[in-house]
Amino acid sequence: MTRHAARLASRFTPRFASRFASRFAASLALALPLAAQAHDLWLLPSSTVLSGQDAWITVDAAVSNDKFYFNHAPLRLDGLAIAAPDGSAAQAENIGNGKLRNTFDLQLRQSGTYRVAVVNDGVFARWKDADGKPRRYFGKPEGLAQAVPAKAQDLQISQSLGRIETFVTLGKPSAPAPVGKGLELVPVTHPNDLYAGEAATFEFRIDGQPAAGLEVNVVPGGARYRDKVDEIPLTTGKDGRVQVTWPQPGLYWIEASTEDDKTTVARASKRRLGYSGTVEVLAQ
Amino acid sequence: MRKLLLTASVAGAIAPAAQGAGLDVSVEIPRLDVAEYHRPYVAIWIENADQSVAADLAVWYDVAKKENEGTEWLKDLRQWWRRSGRGQQFPVDGVSGATKPAGTHAVRLEEGAGALAGLKPGNYALVVEAAREVGGRELVRVPFQWPAQKAERLAARGEHELGAVELNIVP
Repeated sequence: MTRHAARLASRFTPRFASRFASRFAASLALALPLAAQAHDLWLLPSSTVLSGQDAWITVDAAVSNDKFYFNHAPLRLDGLAIAAPDGSAAQAENIGNGKLRNTFDLQLRQSGTYRVAVVNDGVFARWKDADGKPRRYFGKPEGLAQAVPAKAQDLQISQSLGRIETFVTLGKPSAPAPVGKGLELVPVTHPNDLYAGEAATFEFRIDGQPAAGLEVNVVPGGARYRDKVDEIPLTTGKDGRVQVTWPQPGLYWIEASTEDDKTTVARASKRRLGYSGTVEVLAQ
Repeated sequence: MRKLLLTASVAGAIAPAAQGAGLDVSVEIPRLDVAEYHRPYVAIWIENADQSVAADLAVWYDVAKKENEGTEWLKDLRQWWRRSGRGQQFPVDGVSGATKPAGTHAVRLEEGAGALAGLKPGNYALVVEAAREVGGRELVRVPFQWPAQKAERLAARGEHELGAVELNIVP
């Protein structure tokens, strides 16, 4: 069995199941409204490589397993954070809320690369009330005290930090500054300089440190028109890096998730970290 | 023809009369029988062996639009945009030019002048890329060695957005 085949097979073992479970929880916490099963989160930019001046893009934000089809729920934009090439915050315009997706427009006033992200930073609490009924709370840590009764039984609190993002460049690409918090993708190959048949390297970091041994899943868009998902399973090396050679042009979804115990919320037992990125690979 | 040469000399910034050593490039934009036709954007450059750009010869786009608005679609010349265009300020002196009608267009480059001045001996390719609104995109490469020992006539052909691309090297 080839290494690749072995890895694909391993995705259907219990390791896969536990990973699925963790993604399930992460998406629950991140992707309100509540989903009955695991669903993926993504942004879909109208363009990723632009020329000219003062260009506009529009971005769709959705929760759906089928990348990049809107067929489940909109992704909330409360945590929208857009960094302009000079690092300043850029403002979205014309924010719209739909049944299957939310949208916003962004004017690219500067030449260079914009990091467009939805950052969900919150807590997930589960407990049993006085009658033994299961209760739960998702939201900001500040709301915990009010939501959770003093007599809550079997209280479990986990912190959740997720980043859903994409990159867009007007003119000459610039290097997006690392965030340094949570799980993030730090480009080694520029995310708007990706071409079919070429290899790209990305570094994953947790709180600014390379994330070694992290499973990263790369999924090409357009699955509606083929029979297989064709996902590309990767694992970061000691340096936190993965390399992927793009099989064909198109949009790709890059996902990774993990958890640790570096919580900053009182009584939280663990911290869930998620990353979902959208990149576009161009034809030669 | 006089007019074409004149346009090309604007694009290539080279006097058309001289017949010294250099490169004669000719690019055919095919006449297309389509309902909605727009002249293609075209980029012409010399490519190093590693596909980086040795020299830009011409980029033909809607230069006359106000406030450089014609640059909005330059990214559709996607290979040139990646290799060179995105790092430029527009218009580019001696490179930017107006879009051309169907027909054959000449760009002449004198040895030691403009784009050829810094060209070291080695393997190169002449690259022509065309992208058309409501149409397609095509890229044609003509590999060559510089400098040439003798006069050479090299040619390649596009299939839909470009016709004959010829490179005459005058040693």
